[in-house]
Amino acid sequence: MPTPAGAAGHSELGGPRLPPERPGGAWAWARRNLFASAWSTLATVGAVSAAALVLPATVRWTLLDAVWRPDYQACRALDYRGACWGMVAEKHRLILFGRFPNAEHWRPLVATLLVVLALLVSGHPRAWRRWLLGLWATVAAAFFVLMRGGVLGLSPVGSEQWGGFPLTVLLTLAGVGASIPLGVGLALARRSGLPLLRAGARLYIELVRGVPLITVLFVATFVFPLVLPQGMPLDALGRIVLAITLFQAAYMAEVVRGGLQALPRGQLEAAESLGLGWWQTQRKVILPQALVLVIPSFVNSLLSTFMDTSLVTVVSMYDLTGALRLALGDAQWRNFFIEGYLFVGTIYLVCCFGLSRYSHWLEARLGRWARQEPSRA
Amino acid sequence: MRRSLTSLPPLALALAAAFAPVAAQAGKTLDAVKARGEVICGVNTSAPGFSAVDSQGKWVGLDVDTCRAVAAAVLGDPAKVKFVPLNSQQRFAALQGGEIDILSRNTTWTLTRDASLGIVFAGINYYDGQGFMVPRKLKVDSARKLGGATICVQAGTTSEKNVADYFQAHAIKYKTVVFDTAEGIQSAFFAGRCQAYTTDVSDLSGARTKTARPDDYVILPDVISKEPLGPAVRRGDDEWFQIVRWTGFLMLEAEEAKLTQANVDRMKAESKDPAVQRLLGTGDDTGKLLGLDKEWGYRIVKAVGNYGESFERNLGPSTPLALPRGPNRLWSQGGLMYAPPVR
Amino acid sequence: MPLPSVSWSSRSGRALIVQGALLALLILAGAALWRNTQGALAARQIRSGFSFLSEPAGFDIGEGPVPYTPRDSYLVAFAAGLANTLRVSALGIVLATVLGTLIGVGRLSRNVLVRAGCTAYVEVLRNVPLVILLFGTYLVLTEFLPEATEPISLPGSAFLSKGGLHAPRPLWAAGWGAALLGLPLGGAAAWLLARWARARRARTGRGPAVGWAGLGLVLAGPVVGWLLGGAPRGLELPEPGPFGVAGGLSLTPEFLALLTGLTLSAAASIAEIVRSGLLAVSHGQAEAAGALGLRPRQTTRLVLLPQALRVIIPPLTSQFLNLTKNSSLAVAIGYPDLVSIANTAMNQNGQALECILVIMAVYLSVNLVTALLMNLYERRVALVER
Repeated sequence: MPTPAGAAGHSELGGPRLPPERPGGAWAWARRNLFASAWSTLATVGAVSAAALVLPATVRWTLLDAVWRPDYQACRALDYRGACWGMVAEKHRLILFGRFPNAEHWRPLVATLLVVLALLVSGHPRAWRRWLLGLWATVAAAFFVLMRGGVLGLSPVGSEQWGGFPLTVLLTLAGVGASIPLGVGLALARRSGLPLLRAGARLYIELVRGVPLITVLFVATFVFPLVLPQGMPLDALGRIVLAITLFQAAYMAEVVRGGLQALPRGQLEAAESLGLGWWQTQRKVILPQALVLVIPSFVNSLLSTFMDTSLVTVVSMYDLTGALRLALGDAQWRNFFIEGYLFVGTIYLVCCFGLSRYSHWLEARLGRWARQEPSRA
Repeated sequence: MRRSLTSLPPLALALAAAFAPVAAQAGKTLDAVKARGEVICGVNTSAPGFSAVDSQGKWVGLDVDTCRAVAAAVLGDPAKVKFVPLNSQQRFAALQGGEIDILSRNTTWTLTRDASLGIVFAGINYYDGQGFMVPRKLKVDSARKLGGATICVQAGTTSEKNVADYFQAHAIKYKTVVFDTAEGIQSAFFAGRCQAYTTDVSDLSGARTKTARPDDYVILPDVISKEPLGPAVRRGDDEWFQIVRWTGFLMLEAEEAKLTQANVDRMKAESKDPAVQRLLGTGDDTGKLLGLDKEWGYRIVKAVGNYGESFERNLGPSTPLALPRGPNRLWSQGGLMYAPPVR
Repeated sequence: MPLPSVSWSSRSGRALIVQGALLALLILAGAALWRNTQGALAARQIRSGFSFLSEPAGFDIGEGPVPYTPRDSYLVAFAAGLANTLRVSALGIVLATVLGTLIGVGRLSRNVLVRAGCTAYVEVLRNVPLVILLFGTYLVLTEFLPEATEPISLPGSAFLSKGGLHAPRPLWAAGWGAALLGLPLGGAAAWLLARWARARRARTGRGPAVGWAGLGLVLAGPVVGWLLGGAPRGLELPEPGPFGVAGGLSLTPEFLALLTGLTLSAAASIAEIVRSGLLAVSHGQAEAAGALGLRPRQTTRLVLLPQALRVIIPPLTSQFLNLTKNSSLAVAIGYPDLVSIANTAMNQNGQALECILVIMAVYLSVNLVTALLMNLYERRVALVER
């Protein structure tokens, strides 16, 4: 006869139970997070010993033993035991501003600061009003006046002398900015009821997304000069901007399409039942909602374009990356290329990390906003 | 990358057509230059002796002088030149697309380039040949002894093809490292990635001056090709072609006639030699035939001097390149430089 | 039957007219462009057309699996470039997937140090341009390694220097052919075993776990083939020569730098994909599997992994395509991939348009093939979903 062995267990399980106690304190935290299992302990020991090995040496190289003055002899005497930040001190203007005439460096500096300021202002959803367009138009005009000169007593500087960080910013913002209307158009075409339009848009998008950016830059450098009618006011820089725009438009179209698809069909039907035409529906109902939805994705496009612009150095533009290579053309200082790459890499890292954090913040905020919206209506 | 992709290839061709060239006007370059008040000249990004920026930020070099001479002849002012630095990939596209008026960028004249790129060479301002540079410590004394070596060569140059021909002809095995810019290939070589660097000898000499220790490198005596370098212009504008071509010839004629930057004013005032008078515009009007004024030749010599002066200033023994005049001497001194008479 | 009325007042009529106009415009523009192109090229006497593909290329290619000499045609040169692209991409994909998976799993680790390390890796690598990474790696390899004439000796007769990494290479022998043949045979055997186990499980409700046995079979195939083929053990050893190490298997600094850069940066993206894929499977799934009596390992293999993979595979595929496209940055550091070769070719013959079209066509074909495979996969996954 089976004894009710299980019954005892059952009665033990019955009744309410408190959750297992979670002991506090540093030791408990360490047990949970550092020594939870044999593997975890092993990983902790490994990580700590690796850090003990690498960190002091890194700190010594980067900070303690480093040479900060632009003193070539002192850097050589280091024999790589410490960083030669003197290389950056010596070349930072060339790296940041490329071949822009030295005496005029305040111009790209002010121009870039203006743009960065405008970006910061645009960052907050409260600034998303009509006046923002006006602000950007003003900033863009100021940027070009400062860079190009030739008016207001500024000496003219040809676009072939632009370089460094301002060029990177220009390529990014002009490329992304101009690609937005194109991308919206492509996205609408791709969802249009006209099969031909739809096929054309889809073809363009897939074609561009299928090829590497470098190919498009080659097209800009080698094919555009033949394609574009002579006398068209488009120099090498203009062609590159055009190429980045055309390239980015395909990606932008997919971003916008994501927003369009996220909208409930009811919006469209409601607009139609109100008797709005196609254009009115898109302009007044669909696009305003869809575009707000995809703003975090816009920011991500901005980020990836910012990094992609570094490719233009392959077609001999001196953006931030290209200007660094220009600086490393100096036979003396090129031995300290690691410092140069760390400097430029850090600039990219800081900008991109900031942008991606911002995009996360925006996403969370807009998500909240979008959830609240129906109740407010 | 959805199902739709299967329909791409035929449509891709349609788009390809959209990327295809539109007819550009075979424009009147001379008129455009005069209207603009500036000659736009494509030069090398950095080739010491041919085109490079000096410490005062001024473009100098043999190729730069060609541009300045044309500006002096056409616009009366050698300073009215806009220099567009080009790498070897961009150079032909820039000329074809009308971005520049003259390509004066130590470019080798070959049949393929002359006949299939939509450009035409307007003369030769430097007779060069391709050579090899090796680190001195390798103790190599001939290109024939480079079997098994890794050789740095720039992409898209005549050097790239010549080196393939040469080693094939001599059945020597080698490996190449190819970069698309001169800066890229030179830094790879000086970093020690390759055991030899090959390009035009003048270019090798120029590259060597850019290193911290030029004496660590030797240029081998072997010259494996002919590299006639000269300016080129767009096809289909004979008037402009003639101006560029005869600007070069005039600099040679001036050397032959012993006209120099220093003596040209005096010669213009005093010389009774009809040949000199033709060159300087005090005799027959030679400019009219080219669409220029009478004193075009005088202005060229005044601006950049004769060919020999330009050579000495940019490449000669007093420069870091210290290149011998060699085949670039006048024909009358046993060289190859020979200009048809300006008359 | 009434014909559709083609008038502006009806919606379908408008659609027809707009599209007709669009089509006409496209055809007109296309024709005009075509005519202009021909005209412009002819007027300037710029050569056009694809006939150059069969002419000898005349330039050399530094490395690659395709036997190529300067006497070969442009077409062969392009093929050699493509082979180099595929070689670096395939290796990069494998390495980046392994590294990315490790880091992605590490980001979910319960150990805080592992988690922090993996997060830092992802954040740094995702926010620095690949070009910077490539230039930096290449410079480190070519500036800091010893001269090719004085290489570092590594264990196993390998050498490392500015000339790259040189390792012993097995000499080709018939036995290797047998080993190659063994691989598909082993694979087929593993497939048969898995099928038998599945059928048995369907019939009897219990079937042996054959995962390890299958893997064993796949691996055993080539080994048995190699043994049967006479176990060839000849190696071509690299030897230091007057101009550096020669012979053996050689990996150039250009290849190594490109591979490293592509792997490191793609691994960061793949880690994110893996992480979000794992997070996408709801916790309830694991609990439910546990409640059904599945052991943790079975839970992972039968419940969690299939669901996570369905989320992971599509973005992973586009990462693979990205990596392949990014390999075109080879041109910046002198690795002869397809784009570099095309770049050289267009500089040699001036036919930029044609050479760029070749690059585009190849990349689009690669995308096309991948998209087709993806569709097959998606259809399979969709069938499993009931």
